[in-house]
Amino acid sequence: MADHEIEQPVTSTPLVVSRRDLIKGVIAAGAVSSASYLFRASAVWSQTSAPGAVERLVTLTVNGQQRRVDVMKQETLATTLRYKLGLTGTKIGCDRSECGACTVLIDDVPHYSCSILTHTVRGKNIVTIEGLASADGKLHPVQQGVIDEQGFQCAFCMSGFIMATVGYLKTNPNPSRAELAHGISGNLCRCQDYDKILNAMMRGAENLRRANRV
Amino acid sequence: MAVIHDVMPAFELFQPPTVDDAVRLLGQYREDAWVMAGGLDTFDWLKDRIKRPKVVVDLSQVRELSGIREANGGLEIGATTTLTEVVRHPVIRGKYGILSTGAEAAASPQIRNQGTIGGNVSQDTRCWYYRAGWPCYRAGGNTCFADTPTAINREHAILGADRCVAVNPSDSAPALIALDAKFVIRTPKGERVVDAEDYFIGPGTDITRMNILRPGDLLTAIRLPADWAGAKFYFEKVRDRNVWDFPLMNVASAMVITGGKIERIRLAVNAAAARPLRLAAVEDAVRGKEPNAATGEIAGRLAVQGARPLRFNAYKIPLMRNLVKRAIGGVEQAAWA
Repeated sequence: MADHEIEQPVTSTPLVVSRRDLIKGVIAAGAVSSASYLFRASAVWSQTSAPGAVERLVTLTVNGQQRRVDVMKQETLATTLRYKLGLTGTKIGCDRSECGACTVLIDDVPHYSCSILTHTVRGKNIVTIEGLASADGKLHPVQQGVIDEQGFQCAFCMSGFIMATVGYLKTNPNPSRAELAHGISGNLCRCQDYDKILNAMMRGAENLRRANRV
Repeated sequence: MAVIHDVMPAFELFQPPTVDDAVRLLGQYREDAWVMAGGLDTFDWLKDRIKRPKVVVDLSQVRELSGIREANGGLEIGATTTLTEVVRHPVIRGKYGILSTGAEAAASPQIRNQGTIGGNVSQDTRCWYYRAGWPCYRAGGNTCFADTPTAINREHAILGADRCVAVNPSDSAPALIALDAKFVIRTPKGERVVDAEDYFIGPGTDITRMNILRPGDLLTAIRLPADWAGAKFYFEKVRDRNVWDFPLMNVASAMVITGGKIERIRLAVNAAAARPLRLAAVEDAVRGKEPNAATGEIAGRLAVQGARPLRFNAYKIPLMRNLVKRAIGGVEQAAWA
């Protein structure tokens, strides 16, 4: 069921689609072929049944959905999310744990998805930026905070910042500005827009507290 | 900087469920096996194609390796306990505060959420010549590229250099030495427990390793004895940026003060040498003295005896002198007129 969009030919896409939806559809449909250059085989595979041997076909829990996916042993979660599941809201900036653009929540804790193997997160609850809004399209309070404060310039780092903030607020829902700055200090913005980002995230925290009160 | 064209080269991956299974795999694959805990050090090596292990043993599924429990009046910290868990643990915060402070000084929040205490003490050096794959002594070659007339070596060693001038980058290691922690190691022959300062080795002992682990060995836990619980602690890390950065130098001290005099003390610095240094001569010199600025002055001068700077790291000598001084004499409050 989770794979049905991959089997769907691109021509069945409705006529009225947003640019983003079209891109995502093409990525999902073309994931297997267009990403193939990334996934060169090697001679290392061994047929072993030692304790701890891993299967290629795994089920991941992403944004509340069960997704079956064929995962290489050396594949990082960021690669799986973007190139196999079509969840391109997660960005890859440095691919070296040095920028935070790829931050996702794993069991509610912020992690750099570029620096964890997909096999390591089997059985965990993964939430990406696509999983924050509610089913009816209502934005998460922290996302709303970004809109309220116009918190980003180019916004390449935005999904990472939002995920880091959502994760941090689970441990400290009412932070001071300095505490929040420390809590999301694992994310970089090359536009140097930190002051406005903090405004947005503080507003998001406030929105979240208000939403949780009612 | 890295441009992503490809995923990591392939390796065989094992995720053993128990320590016994992990040790069996390490024994089976020996030099071909790479032990991975949080993976933060690992992935740099693999993505840059500098190290290409055939087999990666991922410890993330070994539940018995993770968690903090009370043991013999002290604590036992599983090797794959994350730095965040160490930072937040109420007993560590309350009784072993320098470990909490040291662990929180490392890296960034996301890295601390995934990076482990065992990985933090066992991580490889950050010397960029070595990490970029240059055929240096540490990589099995016969040159040190960081100690040439044109080398960039601002972050390198001032003490204990022996052909290789790399330093150990761990922030938790000096805190663990100050707390007299014991490291528990599973070897093919059984369990071995060593003092924290003996876990680390310099280039004079083995130029290709940062610690005593040999292929097949596994660090399983770190024990904090009760002896230093609630002592007077000092930890300070100096670095260029407040997040991510490895230490230019750090210092950790634990003191028990009786009648205004230092009765017992343990003192360690890191990023001064290839291994975190316990400063035993300084400890001997200040025992019985008052922990004040004058004693700190003596300690600082003694600490840097024998230090030899490279071209760009002479600043580390006064830095170390001052950090040791502050660790013993405290930080003088600035007087505002």
